[in-house]
Amino acid sequence: MTHSDIGAGKRRLAMEKPALWRPDSHLSTTVRDMPPSGIRKFFDIVVGMEDVISLGVGEPDFPTPWHIREACIYSLEGGHTSYTSNKGLIELREILAESAREDLGLDYDPEEEVLITTGVSEAVDLAFRATLNPGDEVIVPQPCYVAYVPDVLLAGGVPRPVATRLSQEFKLRPEDFQDEIGDRTKALVLSYPNNPTGAVMTREDLEEIADLVVEKDLLVISDEVYDKLTYDGKHASFAQLEGMRERTVLLNGLSKSCAMTGWRVGYALGDPAIVGAMTKVHQYTMLCAPTMAQVAAIEALRRGEAEVMAMKREYDRRRRLFVSELERLGLPCFEPKGAFYAFPSIVGTGLSSEEFAEQLLKEQKVAAVPGNAFGESGEGFIRCSYATSREEILEAVDRIERFLADLAA
Amino acid sequence: MRDLAKEILEVLEENARATPGEIATLVGLSAEEVGGEIKRLEDAGVIRKYMTMINWEKVDNGYVYAIVELKVSLHRDKGYDAIADRISRFSEVQSVRLISGDHDISFTVRGKSMKDVAFFVTEKIATLEGVESTCTHFVLKSYKEHGVILYDRAQPKRLVVTA
Repeated sequence: MTHSDIGAGKRRLAMEKPALWRPDSHLSTTVRDMPPSGIRKFFDIVVGMEDVISLGVGEPDFPTPWHIREACIYSLEGGHTSYTSNKGLIELREILAESAREDLGLDYDPEEEVLITTGVSEAVDLAFRATLNPGDEVIVPQPCYVAYVPDVLLAGGVPRPVATRLSQEFKLRPEDFQDEIGDRTKALVLSYPNNPTGAVMTREDLEEIADLVVEKDLLVISDEVYDKLTYDGKHASFAQLEGMRERTVLLNGLSKSCAMTGWRVGYALGDPAIVGAMTKVHQYTMLCAPTMAQVAAIEALRRGEAEVMAMKREYDRRRRLFVSELERLGLPCFEPKGAFYAFPSIVGTGLSSEEFAEQLLKEQKVAAVPGNAFGESGEGFIRCSYATSREEILEAVDRIERFLADLAA
Repeated sequence: MRDLAKEILEVLEENARATPGEIATLVGLSAEEVGGEIKRLEDAGVIRKYMTMINWEKVDNGYVYAIVELKVSLHRDKGYDAIADRISRFSEVQSVRLISGDHDISFTVRGKSMKDVAFFVTEKIATLEGVESTCTHFVLKSYKEHGVILYDRAQPKRLVVTA
């Protein structure tokens, strides 16, 4: 082999190398243009910080009740590790249908109208993908959970965020969205009890928007994952209103009520046509929800009532404690009626939500989430989760008090 | 319908030092209302005592505990209550229960040493009229008392911020 041969080899290799590989150019534009979650930044600041008190977590601080974990361990020992039916274990679907009958007075056929999903998150995604054509619009009342808008976009739809207001206790009013409804508007998202505001909508509140929903022929996608955490009175679902059951896809899960966030068990209840379409997407993407989590869910629903109620009573105590402490600090806060969040206004400090949350974290090591992470109308607020011990809540309040005093100085 | 007495009791059961004002915030009443309800519960004998839960195993010269089971023969006019009353009066005895199964009465006893406890059982209890037999189980280690786990456990970590 001569030197010139080697040189020729090198040249040949260089010529075969394709044009500069730019992974960016292979991304979906929808995903590329999607802003990262507003809480990402706080992850980065928090990394490496010691002694942080977190009011920033959207999940229970209780571990899953032991009898539920134990039932799952037992089923694993028994080797129950294969797939389930796409729709989920029939036993679980039957229990869910029975709960819907008891809690809401609604009948759902476990064969055709119940789908078990991998958390409510998947159910939300499925609902959009099963119903939206490119360009179809979805009304998304905000502030709300961060996934609805991106999920609509991923399904090819067009989100139409509408603002709910503190003056209306963050309930959705017909006047909030009637002007946003156009020819292409297909669906309305409801998420009450609400993350991040803690707002609930009573049956009367829901009735007030029902006429408009019917008039404009909207599908209602109702995320009710915090239904068990309703503190005054009983939870009401849009599906319970006369004639609205067929128009509503009711989404729920065990994450919040049974302290089972990491298990990923959710479900959808609704008309067979829509639940059937969702099942089709589910079958090609998820196949089925995790079997062991479904087994645990059966145990949770059969024998978890006492612990669910005990956790709820403790959240209620923390809610009262936290709201009264915020009042003492002079941070105006609407009294949350559900979920486990308080949403105080920080407008009086002159800071934006992000400035407030970032400075509070850096200076006093209290993590809360800026309200604008949940939509533009959340600007001027911060979301504080009281799913943490009463001792930590009181320590966090002390630190917020010091923070406010420093600001005022 | 809320059961306010039960809600107050739940707070107190967990923390006997909670003040009426603190409880009032947690259950959404005034401090006066809570104070009044606590007084009523005390008078009615629902609240018997405010106690501190102590892990004596962590204290030098702690105590020795035993669970003692008794078989009892009953006489015409002396029921279980009578013998339970005699046992309950000893200050060494911490709890006394009527139970189903092979034995009739089970009680826990606390002493300074095993010898102390053993002598108490043989001298004071086994000799009681109606006691047919005793079975003493010394406690080697206590894992959970009054709903509180006593051993150290690693706490799982939660993310600090999630949506």
